[in-house]
Amino acid sequence: MNFLDYLLAHPREVLTLTLEHLSLAGISVGIAVLVGVPLGVTIARRPAIANAVLGLVNSIHVVPSLALFGFLFAVPWIGERAPRMAILALSLYALLPILRNVCAGILGVDPAVVEAGRGLGLTDRQLLLRVELPLALGVIVAGVRVAAVLAIGITTIAAAIGAGGLGELIFRGLAMVNTSLIFAGALPAAVLALAADLSLGWIEARLRERV
Amino acid sequence: MTAAIAFHGTSYRLPSGAALVESLSFEIPVGVTLVLLGRSGSGKTTTLKLMNRLLEPTAGELLVEGRPVKDWDVIRLRRRMGYAIQDVGLFPHYNVERNIGLLPAVEGWPAARIRDRVHELLALVGLDAGIVSRFPRELSGGQRQRVGVARALALDPPVLLMDEPFGALDPLTRAELQGEFARLQKRLGKTVVLVTHDLREALLLGTQIALLDAGRLIGLYTPAEFMRTADLLAAAYRHAFSAQDAGGDPA
Repeated sequence: MNFLDYLLAHPREVLTLTLEHLSLAGISVGIAVLVGVPLGVTIARRPAIANAVLGLVNSIHVVPSLALFGFLFAVPWIGERAPRMAILALSLYALLPILRNVCAGILGVDPAVVEAGRGLGLTDRQLLLRVELPLALGVIVAGVRVAAVLAIGITTIAAAIGAGGLGELIFRGLAMVNTSLIFAGALPAAVLALAADLSLGWIEARLRERV
Repeated sequence: MTAAIAFHGTSYRLPSGAALVESLSFEIPVGVTLVLLGRSGSGKTTTLKLMNRLLEPTAGELLVEGRPVKDWDVIRLRRRMGYAIQDVGLFPHYNVERNIGLLPAVEGWPAARIRDRVHELLALVGLDAGIVSRFPRELSGGQRQRVGVARALALDPPVLLMDEPFGALDPLTRAELQGEFARLQKRLGKTVVLVTHDLREALLLGTQIALLDAGRLIGLYTPAEFMRTADLLAAAYRHAFSAQDAGGDPA
């Protein structure tokens, strides 16, 4: 039996699940960016609460992902639909690398540059938008890159609660002891992760070479 | 005439209670170049940063153009005081034109006026206009300092604060920039406050020299007065300076 049998026999199904997988991971990383960038900027300016927030977000990673997906059944509205639960759980996972890198990126800007900007009369907002964030962008994108690869990997587990994605093929293959089926789920997931890693890595490198 | 900047018993203490500057009282008249001279840790930079409120006085008063510094809108205040520092702190992601033009841009100047101003400033600090599209990493140390000074002058502020602006340069480039700055200063007639530990620079550029030690003002001298005062610290500076000039050991 060939590993590629199922993939070649059902290209449409594999494609649909791949797109589903990509949208689950993509929406989750998007939410994590929308939450993580402002939160990261806020805690970068307040070292006293930064460790508490990072510790709290870090503790989410202690919960096994399969269990975290399951716990969310109890949450109102979210628990009603599997994709909602999956997206919430994935966003929580993706939050840590983004938060950590926004914080590190902002704090890593050359203090002389920040002092010059402040001393010349830039407002906090101008300093943030024109100096700190642009200079931290390479580090922030590095965090998004880690978050994206992480989310694409964990999304396979979301199939366990019926959220869809390539994990469906893998779980079905496991139940049926069908390697070709497992492979039809795992190969596209690996390709997605690799593509996200390479494309975001390319952007990151371009951003870093300016600094 | 109201002094550009006036200290009245101004102190700055850390939360731990350690005083970085203690009971400073002196005035900086409009149009003078005041040099804050002292060794590392004497409070020169702290004194400078109190003027543009990068640090807030913990006791005493500090007046800018006759108004207590805490009554100023801090952004207005800083934009009336150009700021140039030893590490320059050019924005690495902006080219020379955008570095110099950033403050005019946030002040809402039209693009054409910003471009004219940038070229005017480049000529003023002795840089070729062809440099505008270069990034800070593509400039030499001397060019960077010149761009830093041009950036500080962008809004034509009446006061210029400079923290060892020539400190990181090789001796030849430093002497060249000091000489040019002395001529520039005569032309612009701004009030300049310059931090340095280099007596040669203080004598060359200063119309007044404020000698600081351990956070206190030891004395305020003209360069001529500084050369003949009996104060021990001033004498020590003169001795170190002449020994250095003679190529001997300052000790």
